[in-house]
Order: sequence, then C-alpha cells, then structure tokens
Amino acid sequence: MTDENGGADPDEFRGGSDGVRRRADEVRGGSDGVRRGADEVRAGADPDDVRRALNEAHRRDWACVLAATVRSAGSLDLAEECTQDAFMTALQTWPRDGIPRSPAAWLITTARRRAIDVHRRDQTLRAKLPLLVEPDEHMAESPAEVSAIGDERLRLIFTCCHPALAREAQVALTLRLLCGLTTAEIARAFLVGEPTMAARVTRAKKKIAAARIPYRVPAEQELPDRLDAVLTVLHLLFTTGHAAPTGDALVRDDLVVRAIELGRLVVRLMPDEREAIGLLALMVVTDARRATRTDAEGAVLLLAEQDRGRWDHAAIAEAHSLILSALRGGRPGRFVLQAAIAALHAEAPSYADTDWRQIVGLYDLLLAAWPSPVVAMNRAVAVSMADGPQAGLELLTEIESASSQLLGYHYLHAVRADLLRQLGRRDEAATAYRQAIELCSNSAERQFLSGRLSALRAAPDPK
Amino acid sequence: MAQYLILIYENESDYAAATPEVWNEVMQAHGRFAEQITELGGKFVAGNALQPTTTATTVRGDVVTDGPFVESKEALGGYYLIEAADLDQALAIAKVCPARFGGVEVRPIMEFPAE
Repeated sequence: MTDENGGADPDEFRGGSDGVRRRADEVRGGSDGVRRGADEVRAGADPDDVRRALNEAHRRDWACVLAATVRSAGSLDLAEECTQDAFMTALQTWPRDGIPRSPAAWLITTARRRAIDVHRRDQTLRAKLPLLVEPDEHMAESPAEVSAIGDERLRLIFTCCHPALAREAQVALTLRLLCGLTTAEIARAFLVGEPTMAARVTRAKKKIAAARIPYRVPAEQELPDRLDAVLTVLHLLFTTGHAAPTGDALVRDDLVVRAIELGRLVVRLMPDEREAIGLLALMVVTDARRATRTDAEGAVLLLAEQDRGRWDHAAIAEAHSLILSALRGGRPGRFVLQAAIAALHAEAPSYADTDWRQIVGLYDLLLAAWPSPVVAMNRAVAVSMADGPQAGLELLTEIESASSQLLGYHYLHAVRADLLRQLGRRDEAATAYRQAIELCSNSAERQFLSGRLSALRAAPDPK
Repeated sequence: MAQYLILIYENESDYAAATPEVWNEVMQAHGRFAEQITELGGKFVAGNALQPTTTATTVRGDVVTDGPFVESKEALGGYYLIEAADLDQALAIAKVCPARFGGVEVRPIMEFPAE
C-alpha cells in the first residue's frame, strides 16, 4: 500500500497560526464558549488586531471549528486541513473585510465550505481516511447554533481517546485535534523526534479510518470506562507538563494550561460526571502551587518547604467548591478523592498542621477505589505524619514485600530514606537515598536527593 | 457494516492437557458464541478451528519447512469472520469470544474501493 496521506501533513497549512502563542496566565477563566458581540463588524481591520483576534480564536475555538467541520469533511484529516485553511483565509481576508462579529461562526462556515469544495472538486478524496460518522445529525449553520457544537467536540474527544488506540497516540491526537497543536510542538513536549510523533499521529488516524472507530459519544453502559480513558489522557497531559522541569519549560507550562482547559471543557459538556469534576479540581488545586514548587534556582521544594502565601488561593477555593459538588451523590471515584487529598494539603496552614488523620481516611477510600502500590505508599507517608515515622516505615515495609513492582520506583526509596532519617537511622537512610538517586531520571529531583544525602552526612548525631 | 476477522490465539499445551470436561465447555462456549454475535448486533460470516501448529507447514518461496510461520507460546488456533457496524461493536463481540487459554486479535478486513 502506498502512503497517499504521508505528504499531506496539515502542518504545512499552518502559516496563518505561526503567531499563535499560548500564555500560561490565560489558564483560568479561559472560556472556550464562543463570545459574541464584542467585535464590531467594520470594513477593514488593523493587521495586528486581526492577528490578535485569530490567535484568540485559535486558542478558544480550534476544537469547535474542527469538530463542526468533521461531518462535512467526512474525515479527520480533511477536517483538520480545512480548519487550518479557514484560519489562513481569515489572515488574508479579515484585514480587508474586517473582523467578523463571531469569528468562530465565520471560521466554521469557511472550513465547511472548503470541505464541500474539496469533495466537489475531487470525488476520489471521499476515500481519504473516511470517518465513520453517524448520519442524521443537524448541522450548526448560524452563529446561534454554534453552541450546539459542544456535542461534536465530545465526539472528537472520545474518538481521540478511544481504547483501541495506544495511550501515547490518544495523547498526541488530543493535542493535535482538540488543541490545534502542531506535531512539532507535541514532539517537543514529549521529548521525542518530530518524525516519530508525525508517524504516531498518522498511524492513529489511519487506524481510526481503517478499523472504523466510530465518531460518537459512547453508549451509557460503556461511558464509565470510556470517560475514564479520556480523563486519564487529560491527567497524563497535566502531569507531563507539571513534572519537575526537564526540557522546554514553556512547552510544559502550555501542557498544564491545555489540560486544565480540556478539563473545563469536559466538565461543561458533561456536567453530571463527578469524576470529570474531580479531575478538574485535582488539576486546578495542584496547579495552584505551581509558583512555589521550585526555588529561584529551579531546585525542587518539598510541600513542607513551600511558601504557602504564594499559592493561588482563588484557584484553591475554586477546587474546593468543585470537590464539594463532586462529593455529592454516591461513592467518590479516584480523581475526586485525589482532589480532596490535594485540597486538604492546599488548605492547611502548614505542613505540620495538616489534617493528617483525614488525609489517611481519604487514602483508605482511594485505596479501595483504586488499589495501587503507589497509592498505598502515599498512604504510608500520611500515616507517618499522623502516627509517627515508625508506623509509616512498618507500612512501607509491608507494601514493599507485597509488591516488588515498586522497587524500581525512586520515590519509594526516597520515602523510606526520609522515614529512616527521622528515626535517626542515618546509615540506612543514606543507603536508601543512594538507591533513590540511582533510580531517579529527573535531574532536578536527583539534585534534591543528593542534597538530602549530604545534609544527612553533615547533620550532628541525634541525641 | 464492515467485516472483521477475530483471530483466536491460545496456548496449545493447555489444550493438550485439557480434560474432556474442559473440552466440552469450550465446545459449548463456541456454540453459544454464534448466537451472541447476533445478540450483539453483528453477523456471523465464517469461523473455523485449526489443527495445532504441530501440523503446520511453512512455505517461503520454494523452501518448505515443518512448523508454523512464527513460533510462539500462544498460537493461532481458530478464527471467526464477522460483520459489525463499527469497531466498538466488533470489540464487544470479541470480548465474549471464547479464548480461555489466551486472547483474541481483531483485524478489520481491508476494503478496496469499487471502480
């Protein structure tokens, strides 16, 4: 089989969005809904205004335009090309004709027209990675109907995160199709080469077409599993961006922003899904500590060492109310519980004055909802705070003997080292720190652990 | 509707060691599977069990060798050709396909555009 789509990577159509830059400070309140009425229609517009309006539209409406174009295009690939085309056309015509009242509606109409044109011109394109769309769907044609596209974006999310696609492909497709990121940008964020990422995206799109992965929101009985896959992808985006700095910090900040935006979108589109609310709360409350996670030199700071006054208290309050709404009605799932734990930390006046008892209780629930050795290990840390390091260490030893899976995980050894240090068992602590350093691949964290190890050596003998 | 091939990969030694009761259960499960395909909205097109890989002969060019194309613990032991509306339906069907000593692989059948 020849690769007839290999040369059609839509990145080449992205001339118009070169200037599209995302800023981390846009994360909160980043409304994706189509704002109307703000812009006046006028003949001609300043090119800088056009660029600004287009950047904003790219950021806010990309998924909307793409999702609305999928049906006319009948293929994700063609929809993507037409969407990029619409942005490029706008860059050329808006300076002459003025910025339309609803940029999103204009872009949708343009992208759809382009898709229909392509079909008319070249019937063979119909065979190009055709997408299995369900018939009999109404099309939003007027600006007033743009809001009805929410459902289309949901289809797009569920298709990108289909369990038949590899996790890394789910992540890449989500960033490409829902965020409009270029393959180069995604490759940078995940520290892989651009050709590798391009191949990953192409392969996933081909599978969607050839295996007939349907473009739809899953049926009720499938929804819990399928939504979990979507939330896992968003969480992965977030944690990749949030992990201590390796690679391009700006790209990583952007991932955090994107993950939170997508989290907001899912909550808006599926307001009754408590786990979606839980994930959003978890991301918001974790991100509230972003400014204090490292010191001025970029070294990792422990929760206990962070300046709580610099946490984003508005974000913490938002997460708090999200968690309250997610806790109503039934057993909380893993994201809600993780958010609740993170929020308790965020709301505590200090590390020592954290409600460790309640945190242990939440970990008990989390362990039941999501049995994982990593959760058990974090619970042991909470127990050590509530009942002392000896109790924590005993639990940790139990976990280690029950699951050898954790032995390659540097964090386990770091936790054990810290508990041994607190117990004054310095030699054993030093050995554990060394094991942790050996296993840790992140330079900032390795530096932190080395610092701990030297401090241990320098410290006076206990008692 | 599209066609999918469900390839059943199982551990042959488990079958060699299976009791008559186990065999019986497996046969019954396959008997039920045909009905389950219909219940799940798909259509049975074809299906067969294969003789074990000890009976396989591999041919590459002119060279004939004894044994399967790829040696592995879990070998292709049978298949179903089904029709399903989309991958979700095919996967729902694959989930109930009997394969107690292994698992199944779902492959879409390639369609060639009509002239």
